[in-house]
Amino acid sequence: MFKIVDKEVLAPTLSKLIIEAPFIAKKRKAGNFVIVRATETGERIPLTIVDSDEEKGTITLIIQAIGKTTTIMTQMERGEFFLDVVGPLGQPTPIDNLGTVVCIGGGVGTAEVYPIAEALKEAGNRVIGIVGARSKELVILEDEMNQVCDEVIVTTDDGSYGMKGFVTDALKNVMNDEPDIKGVYAIGPMPMMRAVAETTRPQEIKTYVSLNPIMMDGTGMCGACRVTVNGELKFACVDGPEFDAHKVNFDELIARNRTYEDQEKMSLEAFLQEQECKVHDAQTEQYKYKD
Amino acid sequence: MRKQNNTNTKTNGKVNPLKPSERMKIPRHLPIEQGAEIRISNFEEVSQGFNFELALEEAKRCLECKNPVCVDGCPVNIDIPGFIQLLLEKDYQAAIEKVRESNYLPAICGRVCPQENLCEIVCLLGKKREPVAIGKLERFVADYEMAHGKFTPPQKAEPKNQKVAVIGSGPGGLTVAAELAQRGYDVTIYEALHEPGGVLIFGIPEFRLPKHIVKEEVERVKALGVEIKTNVIVGRTITIDELFDELGYESVYLGTGAGSPNFLNIPGENLSGVYSASELLTRVNLMKAYKFPEYDTPLKIGKRVAVIGGGDVAMDAVRTSKRIGPEHTILLYRRSREEMPARVEEVHHAEEEGIEFQMLTNPVAIHGDENGWVKSIECQKMKLGEPDEKGRRRPIPIEGSNFTIDVDTVVVAIGQSPNPVIQQTTPGLETTKWGTIIVDEKGATSREGIYAGGDIARGGATVIQAVADGKRAAVSIHEYLTQVREENKKKAEQVAES
Ligand code: FES
Repeated sequence: MFKIVDKEVLAPTLSKLIIEAPFIAKKRKAGNFVIVRATETGERIPLTIVDSDEEKGTITLIIQAIGKTTTIMTQMERGEFFLDVVGPLGQPTPIDNLGTVVCIGGGVGTAEVYPIAEALKEAGNRVIGIVGARSKELVILEDEMNQVCDEVIVTTDDGSYGMKGFVTDALKNVMNDEPDIKGVYAIGPMPMMRAVAETTRPQEIKTYVSLNPIMMDGTGMCGACRVTVNGELKFACVDGPEFDAHKVNFDELIARNRTYEDQEKMSLEAFLQEQECKVHDAQTEQYKYKD
Repeated sequence: MRKQNNTNTKTNGKVNPLKPSERMKIPRHLPIEQGAEIRISNFEEVSQGFNFELALEEAKRCLECKNPVCVDGCPVNIDIPGFIQLLLEKDYQAAIEKVRESNYLPAICGRVCPQENLCEIVCLLGKKREPVAIGKLERFVADYEMAHGKFTPPQKAEPKNQKVAVIGSGPGGLTVAAELAQRGYDVTIYEALHEPGGVLIFGIPEFRLPKHIVKEEVERVKALGVEIKTNVIVGRTITIDELFDELGYESVYLGTGAGSPNFLNIPGENLSGVYSASELLTRVNLMKAYKFPEYDTPLKIGKRVAVIGGGDVAMDAVRTSKRIGPEHTILLYRRSREEMPARVEEVHHAEEEGIEFQMLTNPVAIHGDENGWVKSIECQKMKLGEPDEKGRRRPIPIEGSNFTIDVDTVVVAIGQSPNPVIQQTTPGLETTKWGTIIVDEKGATSREGIYAGGDIARGGATVIQAVADGKRAAVSIHEYLTQVREENKKKAEQVAES
């Protein structure tokens, strides 16, 4: 069992959890992830390790409530336990001193690109960060990114904060201003990563994306996470999750990721309804009590 | 350790009043089974095995050969006539203990061993009639103990104060652990998944091997003092060298299993609706997707399913798919029925359950609809050519014979390749060109103190082969650690002298 030693709610559906996992904390490198099974009936969920503290033996995870399992996970509190946490998984990001690099995070992807930005900075790069979100309250880790980047641009789709537009709009500006970008690291929703890949392709700027296909074991055992990269079959959990963005078959991956769309929706709705009923029951209970 | 192959428990026919000629006249008994109609809509065990009456009647058939060839046919040399005699004496507890002397996982092996190719194929009774149902008898005594008996862990040898790490908690790992714990070693099993049992838990379906049986056998290994640590991926969470250098293990057994699923490398294999058998089975067995939405892990099996392959895993996959409830379930295999490597019993069960077999059929492409979902599979007809090195006739494509079958789900069950994580993170560990770990006849790898067996060394093995490898390696590890102990003692004495 893995204890939740701290929790912070970053946005309504976004929680940051600090988990006790000493072995993983010791081994983990930027780009690694873990698989978490929170409860007996829960799915195995892959999550990027955002940060770790070897001394305290903890790792930091940021979880967005998307389906039923992740909703339950974001609702768990300090002092509770995850049943299973396994890792560190995946290939770490190769970190070299390249010169000027751009690190792009979209939505919860910012949590995933942050450790890479940090490692790249430590290696001596000039790091430009781009943090994108739908609107102001969904912008995360801006301060943390500021600490490890030489410059950070925030974009929101609705213009409620920072620059109005998409991360690719900001990226185009950066590409105009900076003649010699040596690498772009983009993590976020699949369409965003594809758009970044298309933006950098004409200038052939090396671009890496961290893919989030459907996963189960995370150890190369099931092949659920298979993706086509440069025409070859790859397992994202062991060969990735990072790949050369210009070689990834995004269309195929986006279609595959929709495999369980209906079931996930159904399961989440049923769960939320059940929760509402409980809240409702609790309220009526209280009401009766007062009565 | 108790002696194995101890065949002198025989009571020379005292218990069994029948003459050999009379015994031979009794036809082989069939186990109680759930009818095909009913079982295709549940995940409960198909075979219920023998009840007391059937078991006793079947046991009477054993000829008690002086030279029991069945014992040699068994990869772990269970004293088969010995335990059958005890069964006949109605000393069921002694019977199961006799089995456990040679095989610590009898409830599992009694269910999944291909006895028809091992102990039963050599049974003398089988020369003229049908062999004794040894497997079902083994299962009977094991089940008896779980239901009515009392398990007492076998006696352990003096503590050796030496630590052994076993990587993987499948049948091989559990066996090594049980054998070495009985010899007095401190054994820890490291398991990558969240539940111990390896292929017994994630691979073999509930209807062939109920998970409570696996759990119970695992508990019996733990009862010997073996510790099982789940959620540890050796090579990632911790390396082999760290186990030696930092955690003080003196020997390591690698029983990590088959690893990574193979794909056909045909167009359309990454469409939605295409699964590897490993994914399908793990979703259902380990993650309980058949209980969705009570369990959160989903599985989407459409109306028409095609499973590709002819081995045991293909049978498990096709029968699992069937139980999820599609209208039509087809098995595609590129050779003919005779070449199918799956157990006869399982092929027979699959047929009873209404699975359509399409032999000499080789998939060449999977076609998708506008949403990226499987809509059909294109196949080529095959014919059989000359036998290959293994003696199986090679399938040859028939030009211009392509045809398509409308399906919305495809399951690929064409085997696995070794997972490379341990090989990549353990310097000096030699592998074959297929990635399997090289071992000698004692199960020793190229690195001192490291042993391996089962699928990771053989490429593809059965549960009982993994158990046999585990037993062999346990003997070797015991020898090795004894030598280490003696050398340390000598060194200590020398230091004391000087
Ligand atoms: S998640 Fe199962 S192989 Fe990658």
